[in-house]
Amino acid sequence: MSQKVLLNAKEVNIILHRLACQLIEKHNDFSNTVLIGLQPRGIFLANRIAKILKNDYKVKNIQLGFLDITFFRDDFRRSDKPLEANSTHINFLVENKTIVFIDDVLYTGRSIRAALTAIQSFGRPSEIELLTLIDRRFSRHLPIQPDYRGRQVDVINDEKVKVNWVENDGEDSVYLINK
Amino acid sequence: MSELSVNHLLGIKYLNKQDIQLIFETADHFKEVINRPIKKVPSLRDITIANLFFENSTRTRLSFELAEKRLSADVINFSSAQSSVKKGETLIDTVNNILSMKVDMVVMRHPNPGAGVFLSKHVKASILNAGDGAHEHPTQALLDSYSIREKYGEVKGKNIVIVGDILHSRVALSNIFALQLQGANVMVCGPKTLIPKYIDKLGVKVELDLRKALNWCDVANMLRVQNERMDISYFPTTREYTQQYGVNKEFLDSLDKEITIMHPGPINRGVEITSDVADSKQSIILEQVQNGVAIRMAVIYLLASKIKH
Repeated sequence: MSQKVLLNAKEVNIILHRLACQLIEKHNDFSNTVLIGLQPRGIFLANRIAKILKNDYKVKNIQLGFLDITFFRDDFRRSDKPLEANSTHINFLVENKTIVFIDDVLYTGRSIRAALTAIQSFGRPSEIELLTLIDRRFSRHLPIQPDYRGRQVDVINDEKVKVNWVENDGEDSVYLINK
Repeated sequence: MSELSVNHLLGIKYLNKQDIQLIFETADHFKEVINRPIKKVPSLRDITIANLFFENSTRTRLSFELAEKRLSADVINFSSAQSSVKKGETLIDTVNNILSMKVDMVVMRHPNPGAGVFLSKHVKASILNAGDGAHEHPTQALLDSYSIREKYGEVKGKNIVIVGDILHSRVALSNIFALQLQGANVMVCGPKTLIPKYIDKLGVKVELDLRKALNWCDVANMLRVQNERMDISYFPTTREYTQQYGVNKEFLDSLDKEITIMHPGPINRGVEITSDVADSKQSIILEQVQNGVAIRMAVIYLLASKIKH
């Protein structure tokens, strides 16, 4: 197994600030926008973006939630490993809001499809956007594309993209792992 | 998250501690789901479940059906009263006929102890025991423990007394197994005639005096006197039973500490507990019913995840 650094801590930081700025450009004061991090790995990115918006760009009233999509996935009983559920924390209404889904890696698009179904349990949003740190090009199974992307990478199917976060993995970095 | 160690839920005695933990953690997620505006998830949209009730039931049956529908499974219902069982069909024939309609899972209540175990050996489907005679009622025991865990944070080390008709109760037996697996101290209390002879082999305390039992416990699980299963008289009159083993508000208030009252339902109001006890702050009877749906969703989900295409 070999691995290669795609992004180091400094590069991740620059990208996070750029993504935050792009969000501000589109959503102004976030009065009608909510951020939803997708469990399990999207929550770190969502937390980080929300923190940058609050601390560095002084955006007040950021509404942040976490959505678990386990029970909405289309590979129940098809994958070898049992599907592990995580908790959902959405303590606001999404009715008529603009939602920004946040996930670390966009790969086949199936997680996002599940998230699009799962969020319907919380109301009818007016619009849904997608923000991902890494966009794996050429590997989509569904017609889903991000609205905000950190870095687009060309990765073959045997390779894995691993995103690390300081708070969970000890460092901010993105690795390309060759299995 | 790991998997359940079993392919069927026939009784608590076939489960281990990790299974119970896994069911509870999964139920936590489903409890959040059933409190959403839209209470449904699509996980089991390709699973068909048959609810076979060879014995009367309201709560369990509705709870199972609701859990199945919340998981988007297709559901067919059967009750023996309106069926060909009355014409003499055997259990295996009945179930195999139903299974030939491509059913993946069977939820069964049956008056004979061991009916679920028997079926699991003869038919190709995941079997979920919803009560077999006076043997086991595993989902009830799971939801009872889950409700205790919700109230106290954990079941371990808690003192639980099961009061009433222990002899005819599947709820009592499953509860004893489940509570002991989780490290609770279990006592049974009731008239001597309604306490089975083998009870000391299960490692539970026996107390004939209700006041002593309630002063010892944190939680009292009040069982119903099952008149329909009694072939002889086990106590002189219902009135005498109520005087010795019934709980009213006055009695509850006179105890040394505040205890929690549970009841698996259906309640004979005024026999084992009075209305003011059933509806009091100390009662978690309605929480038990709500938790029943989450627990059954968890069990069905976990068993279904072991059915491979």
